[in-house]
Amino acid sequence: MTNNDLYKGYKGGALETLKKFEALVWCDVEIITGDAMFKGIILPRSETSDHLHIVLKLISGYNIGVAADTVKNIKIFGRKEAHYKIPEKAFPYDPVKPRVKLIGTGGTIASRLDYRTGAVIPAFTPGELYGSVPELADICNLETEKLYGVFSENMGPEQWMGVANAIGKEIEKGVQGIVIGHGTDTMHHTAAALSFMVQDSPVPIVMVGSQRSSDRPSSDAALNLMHSVKTAAESDIAEVLVCMFGPTSDDYGLLHRGTRVRKMHSSYRSTFRTIGDIPVAMVSREKITPLRTDYKKRRTDNNVKINTAFEEMVSIVYYYPNMKPDIVDSLIDNGYKGIVIAGTGLGHVNKPLYPALKRARDNNIAVYMTVQTLWGYVQMYVYDTGRDMMELGVVPTANMLPEVAYVKLGWALGQTSDIEEVKKIMLTPINGEITEREPSNGYLIYQGGIPEVEAFISKHRK
Amino acid sequence: MTDEDYKFVGFMSGLEIHQQLMTKKKLFCRCPAGMYNHHYDAEILRHMRPTLSELGEYDGTALMEFKTKKEIIYQINRESVCTYEMDDTPPFEINDDALDIAIEIGMLYNSATIDEIHIARKQYLDGSIPTGFQRTAIVSVGGQIPYKDRQINIIQLSIEEDSCREISDTGHRRVYVADRLGMPLIETVTAPDMKTPEEVAEVCKILSNIVKSTGKVRTGAGAAREDVNVSVEGGTRIEIKGVPSIKRIPLLTYNEAMRQWNLLRLREELGKRGITTETFASKTDDVTRILRKALYQPIANAISEEKSVYAVTLRRFKGLLNWKTQTETYFSKEISDRVRVIACLTTLPNIIHSDSTSETISIAEWQKVKKTVGATEEDTVVITWGNAIDANTSAKEIIIRAKEATIGIPSETRQAQKDGTTGFERILPGADRMYPDTDLPPKRIPAGRKNIIRSGLHEPIWEREKWYKSLGIPADVMEPLAISKNAALFKKAVNELGINPILAAVALIQYPKRLKKMKADPEQLNEEIFLGIFRAFNLGLISREGIIRAMFDATKYGSFELEHLAPTVDENSLEKIIQSSISEVKKMKLFNDNNFEKVLTGNVMNKVRGRIDGKLVIKFIKKISGENKK
Ligand SMILES: [Zn+2]
Repeated sequence: MTNNDLYKGYKGGALETLKKFEALVWCDVEIITGDAMFKGIILPRSETSDHLHIVLKLISGYNIGVAADTVKNIKIFGRKEAHYKIPEKAFPYDPVKPRVKLIGTGGTIASRLDYRTGAVIPAFTPGELYGSVPELADICNLETEKLYGVFSENMGPEQWMGVANAIGKEIEKGVQGIVIGHGTDTMHHTAAALSFMVQDSPVPIVMVGSQRSSDRPSSDAALNLMHSVKTAAESDIAEVLVCMFGPTSDDYGLLHRGTRVRKMHSSYRSTFRTIGDIPVAMVSREKITPLRTDYKKRRTDNNVKINTAFEEMVSIVYYYPNMKPDIVDSLIDNGYKGIVIAGTGLGHVNKPLYPALKRARDNNIAVYMTVQTLWGYVQMYVYDTGRDMMELGVVPTANMLPEVAYVKLGWALGQTSDIEEVKKIMLTPINGEITEREPSNGYLIYQGGIPEVEAFISKHRK
Repeated sequence: MTDEDYKFVGFMSGLEIHQQLMTKKKLFCRCPAGMYNHHYDAEILRHMRPTLSELGEYDGTALMEFKTKKEIIYQINRESVCTYEMDDTPPFEINDDALDIAIEIGMLYNSATIDEIHIARKQYLDGSIPTGFQRTAIVSVGGQIPYKDRQINIIQLSIEEDSCREISDTGHRRVYVADRLGMPLIETVTAPDMKTPEEVAEVCKILSNIVKSTGKVRTGAGAAREDVNVSVEGGTRIEIKGVPSIKRIPLLTYNEAMRQWNLLRLREELGKRGITTETFASKTDDVTRILRKALYQPIANAISEEKSVYAVTLRRFKGLLNWKTQTETYFSKEISDRVRVIACLTTLPNIIHSDSTSETISIAEWQKVKKTVGATEEDTVVITWGNAIDANTSAKEIIIRAKEATIGIPSETRQAQKDGTTGFERILPGADRMYPDTDLPPKRIPAGRKNIIRSGLHEPIWEREKWYKSLGIPADVMEPLAISKNAALFKKAVNELGINPILAAVALIQYPKRLKKMKADPEQLNEEIFLGIFRAFNLGLISREGIIRAMFDATKYGSFELEHLAPTVDENSLEKIIQSSISEVKKMKLFNDNNFEKVLTGNVMNKVRGRIDGKLVIKFIKKISGENKK
């Protein structure tokens, strides 16, 4: 054990005090200060905390910080280091039940807690998962594979390709459904990427995560996991789906199409919403209720198209009033090959940007327009400014979401560098990223405070 | 029972006092605190799942709550609850006003304030907090308060968020209102230093007074709740939760001590019968078919609803379900409580047993049951019913509780019942349920902040009371004055203005109550007003009787101004007033002429009240009416 571990996390004055009294982390101690005596166990200190305090876990289970410069003496009674392990129970095998594969990329779909430090230890093997969500065994025979252990924001093209290839292998092996555990922040980016990289899957590919980590009793993780595993095992929807809470209540989940879904709240459980359309289905612990019929159906073959080619030099430009052309110019100068603009209203930017957009076209850079309103279509022919831009080579993407357009443009540029070919790929929907029509219930953001909305909320669980 | 008796049984008791703090906003979000709603706008449904603890085992309470599989419904009002309380938004920084009050109260106990506060999560799986845990932090540790000829030790003081109010708990559904959720609360924990039930109540009162003396805590129903820990020699520490008033503490602690004593005697009886944890024997049989024609209503209803009826045979337990535990309460109640809480069989009765003398199923049916399950004369049979899953849980729980009798007193928290007995609430949670809150960083309490709070501390209430006693303050005013926010003002009035202490105490404590009866709001009176009135009294501008009049006027004007005072009455004018009153009263038709002087006094006083000393008025009336008679 290194010296670092013996005084884990301690720096400066606090470290000096501990060293002076030879008090290591995990020592059972009595700390005497000028006016008090504290009895407990010295805990490691978080790296980001200051160097002034020593953390003590009292017998009552509470932690406190004692100012190191007030310490007069530390009496040591012993030392016991804690080691934590998740209990493993063999995941029961039932020959009648379908095979489901859970691929982990990060996040903590299931986990347990180091009660002393508060650290969350991910649970991932089938045995560990069975230990924390035993209900899974009623649904399927679960196999797991930890592909990555990264936070959501660190998922990128390399991981998308890795996941797509792993899915391909599992389908070849004949699993009946695939669940992908993922952090929620960029789940919709990965869902879009998999929608393009994995085509014509014979089985459901269900992405799932949690908004409240699974170390808390009110976590949405266990229910999300049950919903997603049920969908993978039993549903006939052979698409890339995102499976997360419908309402904030522990009630049902929604299955969103991977190309139309977006995280819409920074912390709510029911943060994922299908934009400009309705979800594919609802899922509860008892049943899966389709909300539409036009989804791709499950097949019994093991055929799937995996195409992971991807061009990383693509960017999103979120337009704001008075944007200067240097923003676009710098992308051109830095060798970007594709630009997705999130324009205002029907898809607009200001005139001063035009020369830069012209320069982009002359440099063979693919420029696509989406709307920052998220709902609705790009309709650039309505106003002169839009028509001017189309002449400058900016291609409207109908109702494709900005993040989806970004992912698809990278994927399309991975297939070809011919701008016209790219355009053909971009504008030919693969799985709902562009729809011909927006149904009248595709845009519903009810405004709180209005009597009829309040009446609705009071009758249905949120 | 005498003090000696309590000593004999080894009675020990400690307190955990919860007190809401008076802040504008809640502890970890910016919702208003203290807003109680009578209607709700929306409902949210949650389930609580236990999380795995250190050794890979579920915490005792956690496991129990999970067995109960409750649907938890939260009723929320948009004015009093935001997305934080519903666990859809992480916490905001701790409310500094609440923290300052908590630090101040800790200092009044002579506790050591913590240098760096760490927010912890304390698991609660009953659903009373939607996150499944309460955010809580230790603010100070140690300290003591004087009591009788000794010290009562304070273990710690923590600050925490309040939980939901339970509305109902029926079957598998529990409903909470969330308005109170998240309000700042402090918990004071004492050492088990109290030796009789009366001492528990007295210490509770002292602690409650200390807290109130800051003037920074909430009062009224539900603002303060006590948990009482009780144990007897050879027993287990039992927590009685949510005692709503101090008056009820003595009876509850007495009953709990008796229950523990009786459970220990029950264990001895089991020992005599040769029943130990190892030799304990029981069996469960489905007797639905045998009792399908039973007339006993609860079972007849269950059968008609196609529910299951189980018989649990407790070997060699004959008579023991009638073992007395508390006043008018028997061991069967311990079992029935568990079945109610854990198997969610909330409609009572939820069990019947063969030791019972009350009428249930017929003697023939009992015999048939006993014969079918193979019960002997030495055994007790307990029958329970419900849907198959609940009845099964119930049968298991009956066995668990009966077997626990061989150990003695199971660790659990108990509820205070209206009749002064205690009832099972839940298995006692372990220290495992505490873990650090990863959403909030530790918070440093710099020495400067502590010093500012310390410099504003008032003297301890017991020292105030000592001083009041020496001043001759009446007993009924002494205690309210010591905890009053006007205690400092009293000191100033007496020491600096030289006001008569009794007069000042009465004006500060009793007059505000009288003003309320006069439909005036005493809350309008501030220090400035009181000092103005006392100064005016010193200058002779107001009479003793005029003080309450001046206070009354000040509540209306919002301030005390000399112009508001009616001019004082001199002796000449008083005579004229009396004369005019005499002619007025003479015109009245009195039922009894003997009342003349009384009516006259009232008439005069209405005209001069507060403007001249009342004693002088009576003296003059006697003099003038005496002269008239002549
Ligand atoms: Zn709030």
